[in-house]
Amino acid sequence: MDRLLFLLATGLARGAIFALFALSLVLIWRAARIVNFAQGAMAVVAVYVAFAVTGLTGSYWAGLASALVAGAAIGFAVERGVMRFAPQGSPLSGVIIAIGLVMVLQSALGIAFGAQVRPMQVPFDERPIEIAGVPVLSPYDLFVLTVAVAVMAGLALLFARTSLGLQLRASAFAPEVSRLLGVRVSRMLTVGWMLSAAVAALAALLLVPTELGLSPHSTDVLFVYAFTVAVVGGLDSPPGALVGGLIVGVVMSLVTGYLGATVAPIAVLVLLVVVLLVRPGGIFSARQVRQA
Amino acid sequence: MSETTTRAETTPAEATTPGEAARASPRMPRPLRTLRPPGTPRLLPRLTGLPRLLVVAASLTVLAVAGTFLLDPYRNYQLALVAATFCATGGLTLLIGLSGQLSLGHAALMATGGYGYALTANALTEAGVDGVARFVVSLFAAIAAAALLGLLLGLAGARLSGPYLAGVTLALVIALPAVTSVFGGVFRGDQGVQIAYDGVPPALRALIAVEQWQAWVSILVTAVVITWLVAIRRGRLGLRMRAVHGDETAARLAGVRSGRVKVAAFTVSAVSAGAGGAVLCFVTQSVSPGAYTLAFSLLLVVAVVVGGLGSIGGAAVGAVVVVLLPWLIGTGIDAVDLPSEVEQRLSGNLAVLVFGGLLILVTAVWPGGLAGALRRRRIRSSHPAAPPALHPIPTEPER
Repeated sequence: MDRLLFLLATGLARGAIFALFALSLVLIWRAARIVNFAQGAMAVVAVYVAFAVTGLTGSYWAGLASALVAGAAIGFAVERGVMRFAPQGSPLSGVIIAIGLVMVLQSALGIAFGAQVRPMQVPFDERPIEIAGVPVLSPYDLFVLTVAVAVMAGLALLFARTSLGLQLRASAFAPEVSRLLGVRVSRMLTVGWMLSAAVAALAALLLVPTELGLSPHSTDVLFVYAFTVAVVGGLDSPPGALVGGLIVGVVMSLVTGYLGATVAPIAVLVLLVVVLLVRPGGIFSARQVRQA
Repeated sequence: MSETTTRAETTPAEATTPGEAARASPRMPRPLRTLRPPGTPRLLPRLTGLPRLLVVAASLTVLAVAGTFLLDPYRNYQLALVAATFCATGGLTLLIGLSGQLSLGHAALMATGGYGYALTANALTEAGVDGVARFVVSLFAAIAAAALLGLLLGLAGARLSGPYLAGVTLALVIALPAVTSVFGGVFRGDQGVQIAYDGVPPALRALIAVEQWQAWVSILVTAVVITWLVAIRRGRLGLRMRAVHGDETAARLAGVRSGRVKVAAFTVSAVSAGAGGAVLCFVTQSVSPGAYTLAFSLLLVVAVVVGGLGSIGGAAVGAVVVVLLPWLIGTGIDAVDLPSEVEQRLSGNLAVLVFGGLLILVTAVWPGGLAGALRRRRIRSSHPAAPPALHPIPTEPER
């Protein structure tokens, strides 16, 4: 019972990270109708920047801020420099370009920093706090949960209450009409990419200390988990990403705890295939328009 | 040039819109040809259709087998690797280019073929079977295993649009090492399965070395698989794959069962990937998850995109490029005098960097890849005023 509680609590903390990363995928999907397979590689570049800044200044918080800035900058560079040249009309070309980007970014990191895994330190205790003799959450897990909830609330406010959010939503759903009404659609697209890449960088930065450490490939598995989350929740739905993230996080935590860490990737694959077979659009999807 | 050959310019094989495709009925036994401007000489103009395909395939195979006598053992080994990779890229180019389904997990399908081959071969060795019988039975077991997995993935994939299928196949290839270690009793975890050494048959032992024999086997298997793929590409299934990719709604209204076509396309490409994996296992005498990583899977995608999606010839060039370029870059790095630290970082990574850049460049600037560029040049040289009416990649209209 103690073990179950502990696993559930850890699963929630992990799930919050998955949800954040999945949210970043949803943001790009809604803005550009692209599943950005390069999101993980872009985020890991930002984490390397944070690692370097923390190493130079000695401050975790400076590293965190620089990861956000670097993430946004990478999002800007990728949208303006690469994705803008993706041939329109074919849904595959965006995915293929993103895969090229993964290869370029990861191998460039490998050349610049080598393949060794670097441990990352956080200014929090990672030992779980005991509540009534039951070990539940570590202070770091609490920090992760707080950040995730704050970011999600911030994004919800941004999209629902601000003029920028309205313009972002408008240019995603009806680009032509928005352009006629004076919204700078292409600028909104860039803003969407920057926002999404910054959120992804934050999620990766939160996850890496709980894993083995930082290497060019440390977000490969995170991407697959987050993709699963986005699919479980529906690629179009930010609340879906939140709920999906918590579901996947808890399932993974239970599988890892009771069956072992090696089974986790298989469990993700099974979950993904089952959800796609039962409800291809995700749990929160609206009915698709009938086509034929 | 007679009237008929000029009309053959817009064969169904090259029809770009479903309308054109529907007008040219697949039932008509009209020979399907690749686009060829009038006036270009053609060997054996009388021979058309399946007989022509078989003759061309047989002569290319004989040419390739004869070519092995010119190569030293290491080159023959590389030729065998190229041939095995060509098996997989040929199926993948059909899948992505014709049916529009993107698979990032073909390495896992090759691994399935490899494990199918290795496990069957070991079982047969214990039962006392060896030689050609062991190879053939194991090859068919490998193909059956890959086809079964491909069928299951295809069934899941037929209901999904591009990015979802790409995600599932990505998850599959990332889960591969986990599968081999969870079922370690069968798949032997990270170290993989080794098979018994397959030497040159006694009749040929005086004539050729073992590497050349391996190259022969690779070439023969690949020739059969690729001929089958070309026949599919030109035949009814290929036409339907194009129709479903071009406009799924229109294809369904025309009576094409789009789901079945997609599943069939995935299974066909899985079969060819499985055959490629089996041949790789035969050549290297082992199969392990370390050989079929995500990076290798992405390299297969690079090969078909650079060669030109949907083009079998492009897949051949792509296979050569992804096998030989890393080796060339590796030799180049060795030749330049670098500190060992730098050398270690560059090895492997530099090739991936080049391939990633190539993938972005070709997709953004040069869609259609090598095959598309050649086709455009041929059209331009024959009709200088004609607009480039052919889309190198049949694109799905936005809805």
